[in-house]
Amino acid sequence: MKTKVENQVALAIIRLIAILVVVILAFLLGDILLAGVPHISWHFLTAPSQSFTSGGGIGIQLFNSIYLLVLTLIISFPISLGAGIFLAEYAPKNFLTAIVRMAIEVLSSLPSVVVGLFGFLLFVVQLKMGFSILSGAIALTFFNLPLLTRNIEESLAAVPTLQREAGMALGLSKWRTVTRIILPEALPGIITGVVLGAGRVFGEAAALIYTAGQSATNIDFTQWNPLNSASPLNMMRPAETLAVHIWKINSEGVMPDANAVSAGSSAVLIIAVLLFNLLARVLGNALYRKLTASKTN
Amino acid sequence: MDPIKNKIQNTSKETRQDLYGRIISYSCIILIVVVVLSIFFFVASKGIATFTINHVNLWNFLSGKNWNPAVTDDSGHAELGALPMIVGSFGVTFLAALFATPFAVGTALYMTEIASHRDEKFLQSVVELLVGIPSVVYGFIGLSVVVPFIRHHFGGSGYGILSGAIVLFVMVLPTITSMTVDSLRAVPRFYKEASLALGATKWQTIYKVILRAATSGILTAIIFGMARAFGEALAVQMVIGNNAVMPKGLFSSASTLTSVLTMGIGNTVMGTVSNNALWSLALILLLMSLVFNIIVRLIGRKGRMQS
Repeated sequence: MKTKVENQVALAIIRLIAILVVVILAFLLGDILLAGVPHISWHFLTAPSQSFTSGGGIGIQLFNSIYLLVLTLIISFPISLGAGIFLAEYAPKNFLTAIVRMAIEVLSSLPSVVVGLFGFLLFVVQLKMGFSILSGAIALTFFNLPLLTRNIEESLAAVPTLQREAGMALGLSKWRTVTRIILPEALPGIITGVVLGAGRVFGEAAALIYTAGQSATNIDFTQWNPLNSASPLNMMRPAETLAVHIWKINSEGVMPDANAVSAGSSAVLIIAVLLFNLLARVLGNALYRKLTASKTN
Repeated sequence: MDPIKNKIQNTSKETRQDLYGRIISYSCIILIVVVVLSIFFFVASKGIATFTINHVNLWNFLSGKNWNPAVTDDSGHAELGALPMIVGSFGVTFLAALFATPFAVGTALYMTEIASHRDEKFLQSVVELLVGIPSVVYGFIGLSVVVPFIRHHFGGSGYGILSGAIVLFVMVLPTITSMTVDSLRAVPRFYKEASLALGATKWQTIYKVILRAATSGILTAIIFGMARAFGEALAVQMVIGNNAVMPKGLFSSASTLTSVLTMGIGNTVMGTVSNNALWSLALILLLMSLVFNIIVRLIGRKGRMQS
């Protein structure tokens, strides 16, 4: 009898804990969304921010975040694709490979503030690139590389060996087998990983404070020549992103409506992460269906 | 030349393709390794400068309780005691792990052992979403919910180690939960079936079989959560109060390695003592993340030996 009671009590406690966790998290997120969503308007999303008066928006910060994300993906995807192919297909099983794997693991667990400081030291100070989008994108690349590499490696490794043997049997080179047969099959997994990584990059702030900078220079959305200093596409201008903006106005801002702006910005970030999650799932499933003609992932 | 001889003696198109592929993938991986090495090299060379160029005693640096880089003491050395920040960092990290572990393990057990398939899917996507939420958002939640709550109920300014630990608890909870779920799922199904067939109740099975079999995985999850908490900068910096003194309790404002770094690097000049001291703090962070990595490896090895 005692064990049965014990069983009931223990299971009830586990249930309670799970419910409590959901309630805590729902409360916190609900709090931010309830405070933030009413503040989101077209004006808020497009207007430039104000430092000393209320009524500012997050237009430039939002653009900067997206631009930085795109640049980061352009730099980090090819590198991690190559590295992922190496680890999944070419890596010999020896001591050196073990060290490489460990290096990637260490990189993925480095505090993002350290990665940011390294970017600051090397690119901003030594290479004299200044606080710029390019420095920020490179710092974010370091941050994104290990995750993306591991994801690509896992996706490639999940493709059955049979496919590789079939390619070899047809006399294809290993490289051609990988790029033409293995890679397309692994694509849904890779895309899902890229989009999830993009969500993380979009919200990263610590690595950017000292690389992309904390100031949002005014940009002229009619000027699309990348070499013009007012152009949105200029890579050498300092660029405060949305996440950095939230941090900045909360730690040193003198904005009268800082609370409302940060609530609105936080809500935008949460919604963006939600969209990235959804997109990852939808894109992954759609690609999988298209490439394999089977229904579920 | 004879076409057949030509074909045999010269490298084929396939061989060239393969060489080309090898060069591409090897150079990508070398690039990543170079990045890791140069991060260590640059941060270490800057961080060591405090001790080699500015002649600060390493032991004094680690055990000193006063952090005033601008002030020099009688012997002409700057007052550089990193202990308050080290204590702050470890304090919030351990407290956060302490709070988060029971919740994370409970939730993970619910997901894998009790919940219906639909509930499990639901919780799974909630956890996935929470892992992705940016740390500044957690910091802002801390600032607008946790800090006022503590100020109201416990007095003080509301900023301090406890606020930092609570924010980190919310941050690492999804990380630890999702990794614990993975390790619980990895427990072979027949372990559970054997235990139930012997007449054990569900709780006895969970407690005596599943949790034991998943111990190394759960420990790894906790260490990962701690590594994340230790390295987290902005969310903690927003709620901890940023007062570089020895923390007097859970409710007085304190600071962590990361918070001093984020506040300080922009306000000091490259090459000065106060700047070098900050790089030494960054070096401590770097070394700690290595230590966490090594612990995870050791746990993994032990787990493999048992099974």
